[in-house]
Amino acid sequence: MSIFETDFMRLAFATGAVVGMLAPAVGFFLVQRRMSLIGDGIGHVAFAGVALGYLLGISPVATALVASVAGAVTIEWLRANRRAAGDQALALLFYTGIAAGVVLVSAAGALNANLFSFLFGSILTVTRGDLVLVVVLGVGGLGLIALLYRSLVAVAVDEDGARVAGVPVGLLNVLLAGLAGVTIAVSMRIVGILLIAALMVLPVIAASRVAWSVRSTIFLSMALGLAAVFVGLTVSYYADLAPGGAIVLVAAGSFVAASGVGTLLRGRAS
Amino acid sequence: MPIAVEFEGVSFSYPGSRPVLRDVELQVEQGEFVAIAGPNGGGKTTLLRLALGLERPTSGKVLLYGEHADRVHRRSGIAYLPQRAQLVIDAPVTVREVAAVGRVPRRGVLGGLRAGDRAAIDEAIARVGLSAHADSVVARLSGGQQQRAFIAKALAAEPDLLVLDEPTAGVDADAQEALAALLERLHRDLAVTILFVSHEFGAVERFVERLVLVRGGIVFDGDPSKLPAAWHDPSHVHL
Repeated sequence: MSIFETDFMRLAFATGAVVGMLAPAVGFFLVQRRMSLIGDGIGHVAFAGVALGYLLGISPVATALVASVAGAVTIEWLRANRRAAGDQALALLFYTGIAAGVVLVSAAGALNANLFSFLFGSILTVTRGDLVLVVVLGVGGLGLIALLYRSLVAVAVDEDGARVAGVPVGLLNVLLAGLAGVTIAVSMRIVGILLIAALMVLPVIAASRVAWSVRSTIFLSMALGLAAVFVGLTVSYYADLAPGGAIVLVAAGSFVAASGVGTLLRGRAS
Repeated sequence: MPIAVEFEGVSFSYPGSRPVLRDVELQVEQGEFVAIAGPNGGGKTTLLRLALGLERPTSGKVLLYGEHADRVHRRSGIAYLPQRAQLVIDAPVTVREVAAVGRVPRRGVLGGLRAGDRAAIDEAIARVGLSAHADSVVARLSGGQQQRAFIAKALAAEPDLLVLDEPTAGVDADAQEALAALLERLHRDLAVTILFVSHEFGAVERFVERLVLVRGGIVFDGDPSKLPAAWHDPSHVHL
């Protein structure tokens, strides 16, 4: 049977296409600011959001979205106002999020297989409602990055210089944190809360090994993210594996391959 | 000449620490080329960050073009080059992309580049002598070329005030000579106010009109040729 004959695979690929491009596009700017691990911290807060959704009997994706964006903006606020160092702010949210999630899940009596699909991703659980939400938020997020591209690059290249020249660095950082929260929420159905951060980081550092400019790094990382999602979903379909793990392992493989190609290219150039 | 930067009785200390600067009085006129020197830890970078509004004084006030430095409205004409170590990103950024960053304050947060911006970027790259390397990755250039790429970013902003923090650190004598000649041309041709912060000046020393020596406060302010002989002793200046 063809992989696209089933409705759930068509939904998974459509959702994955958006996730595969959005995650590296947002992740690029996080990696440049040495905030590669923020996705992990937000993911744990999203877990608390999912648990709250179960407890309240409403859409876990919607509650995870609210929790992710709130968590991301809180991390940025703590960091920017020097209330806590970057790693301390992450740790604070990381542990509070996972603890709140565990407490809420046990209160809701929802420690079951459906919860694990949020943690590690599942190709069976994407609904048409999920797809609409992912497409709207994903396309909106990519559009916002395109609009703010030059300003985000300015902050990535030289944050103090941008601040001195009057670029609203604080606002841009909050927007970027909010985008990271949205990315986590829309990606968790496919990749899983515990692995989505990898899809924001691995394609970016792989692309950096072979790209020749900022712009090419972003486009290449989006292409690698898309390829990782498609290959990972295909493998998980035929081998009956959790898609999140398959997607991230493909992304990790792309890093190894890109490092090899990059070394070859530099060897030829010198 | 209008005053570009003004310190009035400024003291500064970080929370829970001893004062870094005490009772600083300083005026820099538009169009001056000023070197700010002093030992490491003497407070010169703090002085610069106060001047740019990146820090607020514990007491006294700092004015930039007549407004409180941390609340200046007309910021797009201020270009700041932090220490080179702070200017590294992981992605392979080209000289042209770095220079284009300089146009963002002029164009606004949402703006794309227009023909005028591209012309300003090309001119800035040409002025620092990197036209042949415009599409090269900055990290693969020499230290001196990397430094000039970031100066191109500053120039693309068409600044009135150019502030450089330790720009000669880690570059060889030839690159320092090229930087000195470049800054001298900018100062002469474009009447840019330049604040040059370093604990060593090398070739730039002969071009500056005024030297400000910072060691917890201002201990010398005047013509570099009038600097007391004792201050030329590196062991004295470098703590």
